[in-house]
Amino acid sequence: MSKRTVVPFGPQHPVLPEPVHLDLVLEDETVVNAIPRIGYVHRGLEKLVEKRDYTQFVYVTERICGICSFGHSLGYSECVEKLMGIEITDRAAYLRVIFHELSRMHSHLLWLGLLADGFGFEALFMHAWRLRETVLDIFEEVTGGRVIFSACDVGGFRQEVSNETLAGIVAKLERLRDEYRTIAKTLLEDSSVKSRMVGVGHISTDKALELSMVGPFARASNVATDERLNGIGAYGDLAAFEPVLSDGGDCYARCDVRVREVLQSIDIISELVDKIPDGEVMVPVKGNPEDGAQAMTTLEQPRGQAFYYSKGNGTKNLARMRVRTPTSQNIAGMVAALSNVELADVPMVILTIDPCISCTER
Amino acid sequence: MSNVGKSPWIIHYDGSSCNGCDIEVLAALTPLYDAERFGVVNTGNPKHADIFVVTGGINDQNAPVVKQIYDQMLEPKVVVACGACACGGGVYQTCYNILGGVDTVIPVDAYVPGCAIKPESILDAVIAGVGILDEKAKAMKMNPADKDRSEKDASTGAHASVADVDDGTNADAE
Repeated sequence: MSKRTVVPFGPQHPVLPEPVHLDLVLEDETVVNAIPRIGYVHRGLEKLVEKRDYTQFVYVTERICGICSFGHSLGYSECVEKLMGIEITDRAAYLRVIFHELSRMHSHLLWLGLLADGFGFEALFMHAWRLRETVLDIFEEVTGGRVIFSACDVGGFRQEVSNETLAGIVAKLERLRDEYRTIAKTLLEDSSVKSRMVGVGHISTDKALELSMVGPFARASNVATDERLNGIGAYGDLAAFEPVLSDGGDCYARCDVRVREVLQSIDIISELVDKIPDGEVMVPVKGNPEDGAQAMTTLEQPRGQAFYYSKGNGTKNLARMRVRTPTSQNIAGMVAALSNVELADVPMVILTIDPCISCTER
Repeated sequence: MSNVGKSPWIIHYDGSSCNGCDIEVLAALTPLYDAERFGVVNTGNPKHADIFVVTGGINDQNAPVVKQIYDQMLEPKVVVACGACACGGGVYQTCYNILGGVDTVIPVDAYVPGCAIKPESILDAVIAGVGILDEKAKAMKMNPADKDRSEKDASTGAHASVADVDDGTNADAE
């Protein structure tokens, strides 16, 4: 056995947009163990419910994470609506899911770019981010914001989006689909890209279940977990929904799953725009959550299952607001995927779980 | 654009931001906003960088990291605080684990408001940062102590210091 070396990785590292620290225990070039250390982005958002009332807190949940921003405001709003027994209109529920799926597209396109950057394909990174701007343009056109746009609120959806605008969105996405196929082809079929990803950082189905992995990371190991299957909100009105799966378990499979999920999101948006009912988008919200009332809900974020819990205390402030985010579930999987990979592959393996440290640490 | 005398290389660090500003900093470098047309390159090495772009507020754990990156950068250097949190804590101002904006640990030269910031305003700040960088380089030339240090840096090959690179371009100004 050769001598062991510990290489510190992060918190500032070119491949990571966010700070996380790993102590990589190496034997020659091979990682035998990875010890994560988090806490660089911890802010203490859950305790902020004591200072912000339940209608203001939706803006705080949006800022749990700038990438999954809309998803967090959606999960929080659904949870508080359940707590207070508010029924939102169908149109609002549809708009929420349409924008949540658009957020998933923006998140996955961002990730595909970062992955390309991770294995040194700068041009592909630029192209993925160029396509992502199409989605951000839609956000800006409808809500005025690009990444954090305060569209979801307790009681519904803050913007009335006309059917013409929605049809325009679908037309834009159809144009994007053709361009996106070229990028997807390069990612999935180019031999040099494949040689970086196939067989790297493998996780078996059993291991994925044992480590309670969630989201595309688990689906790439053939675990059929997807909160959208529960049909909360407008997801229940979809004609059919099948989670995107792959049985590869390696970096290539994780890329493959996310590549196909972007196309799946376009299909979901088109279907919901066809079916969207007319009506109001906001219902009035009055009163405070009852003392002792509790509610919980789950949501499929771009990175996997997110869990929301809230508890009322009779005042305008909630007694407790708890979020469990997908990346905190996936860190054990990331450590497992890192064992026995070469040091040069470490950045890419970390990227393929699509870590969101801001979510994890809140 | 005639005032931009050099290609500013930036280093980006996420203090305790929500990612919103970080992805906008990256978006500023990609084709739609294309900061590279001004010669802006994102580097991971503090010793290569001229401009330190910090997003998010400061907490106890990241304060030494931000300080270390700043100390590792060579003079002249400019710090740009990106977004409401980096400017003064933003929405997290009253959180128990937030000490405040970036200026609680290092001096800040430019503040970029917004939550999240827009890529246009990042470009604006970086261009303004180049102006500040030029002024700092000039001030260093006036101060012999700093000049000795930058010559030493250049002779050891650690980094072609910005002051030295500037010698040619700013000859008219002197």
